[in-house]
Amino acid sequence: MNNKYLGYFTNGIIKENPTLRLVLGTCPTLAVTTAAVNGIGMGLSATLVLVCSNLAISLLRNVIPDKVRIPAYITIIAGFVSVVQMLVKAFLPSVDKALGIYLPLIVVNCIILARAEMFASKHSVLPSVLDGLGMGIGFTAVLTLMGAIREILGAGTLFSLPITAKFIDPMIIFLLPPGGFFVFGILVAASNALAKKNGKKIAEHLGCEACPSKGVCGNAVKEAAENEQ
Amino acid sequence: MREILSVSSSPHIRHHETTCGIMTDVVIALMPSAVFGCILFGFKAAAVLITCVVVAVLSEYVWDKALKKPNSVKDMSAVVTGLLLGMNLPSAIPLWQAAIGSVFAIIVVKQMFGGIGCNFANPAIAARIMLLVSFPASMTRFMEPISDTVSSATPLLYAGGEKSFVHPFKTLFFGMHAGSIGETSAFLLLVGALYLIVRRIISPVIPACFIGTVALLSLISGENPVISVFGGGLILGAVFMATDYTTSPASLLGKAIFGVGCGIVTFVIRKFGALTEGVSYAILLMNILVPYIDRFTLSKPFGYIKPGKEKAE
Repeated sequence: MNNKYLGYFTNGIIKENPTLRLVLGTCPTLAVTTAAVNGIGMGLSATLVLVCSNLAISLLRNVIPDKVRIPAYITIIAGFVSVVQMLVKAFLPSVDKALGIYLPLIVVNCIILARAEMFASKHSVLPSVLDGLGMGIGFTAVLTLMGAIREILGAGTLFSLPITAKFIDPMIIFLLPPGGFFVFGILVAASNALAKKNGKKIAEHLGCEACPSKGVCGNAVKEAAENEQ
Repeated sequence: MREILSVSSSPHIRHHETTCGIMTDVVIALMPSAVFGCILFGFKAAAVLITCVVVAVLSEYVWDKALKKPNSVKDMSAVVTGLLLGMNLPSAIPLWQAAIGSVFAIIVVKQMFGGIGCNFANPAIAARIMLLVSFPASMTRFMEPISDTVSSATPLLYAGGEKSFVHPFKTLFFGMHAGSIGETSAFLLLVGALYLIVRRIISPVIPACFIGTVALLSLISGENPVISVFGGGLILGAVFMATDYTTSPASLLGKAIFGVGCGIVTFVIRKFGALTEGVSYAILLMNILVPYIDRFTLSKPFGYIKPGKEKAE
């Protein structure tokens, strides 16, 4: 029995890591990870909302009518986001400034909505809270890792402490949107490679099928030919 | 699969041209301006070019080894990418930055998207833009020719007419001015272009449309078209980068659209943007549009009638 609860908790950290394995919450992942500290701030705020909303939704799961469940979830989530936003504004004004619009946008973070829909609405309170905690920690870990990579390469610092800034020009591109995509892409690729090595399924790969250019792009044609063989 | 292919009865027209041969021709065409750049900007320029080529070839080799793929160094494409990237950099750039550019071009832009023939953009252009965004200071420090004076101004900076421009046409055409290593001498680049056109490696449509559009637009807007055409990286970009097979359209009309599009974007960036140079951004943008240009300029099979029309008759 204990093992089962531990599973609910660890599920979100590695096996179903929301950012790298489920590929959810990509927008805040790319937008706020210009520094490691922003990653932690965003991750912890989302975790708090996730745990509270999972708790509330799990408690109310038999009361909420099925037809209007999404508006109900959003209302609950928005309530907690408002609480978190006020807390951050009051106690960590610098984090609030760094996260900007992405803090209130936690309301529409798909990780939170997905866990409400896929997990909290079908499970009892304790598993839901543990799931929310695990998912939140997984999200925080990836955001912090991405923030750290981008901060070291893009500014030469880590948590604002100079690492390489003194003797190497930092590559500013890593602080800009393209750098976010580079790091995110490479992290997803690395996690897929690890999953493949351990015989697990790779993160859902829509691949070239989902791309609007598939009919005209060299790589898509090549991939289709490989699939046929 | 191979057995099935070998018994098919279609005509087997084989051409002696190989990827390696084409790439070697491009290297030959680039050589005059590369050598001239080394003479003009001295030992540092040669060091940048050699670093770029060596690192590009090494990246290709290491990637093939690491992923247990057939060794693709021999097709010479990595040499061309490295050389083109080096010629697009200012001679004063630190060598480790040039090396990062080469690794980026080969690993991220080319190999991660499937290797030769599958890259979504010209690797050298993408790497140049990555370096420009990452290290703006060292990417815009140009040297004056045959001296160690640092100058931040290429002739393009004068095209707006704010300062009086002292270089006469001859200086611009033969390349005795500040700029990236390989972009200064329009004359030698055009010699290279002529070689490629005569050898039928490239079609003149893209360079002609590209350069023509820029010249025409700057003439209309009251700028000196001589400076616009010969003062920046336009000829290097139009002849050697925009004509990359993988990232340019297949049909004649497509090529023309691609060239004109590059010209318009270049002009708009130079005239209205914050940057003095827009050639690389223009080529990158149009590279990404190539699949769509190709789709709209599909060639019709002989005797093809639109299904709707047939009914009407």
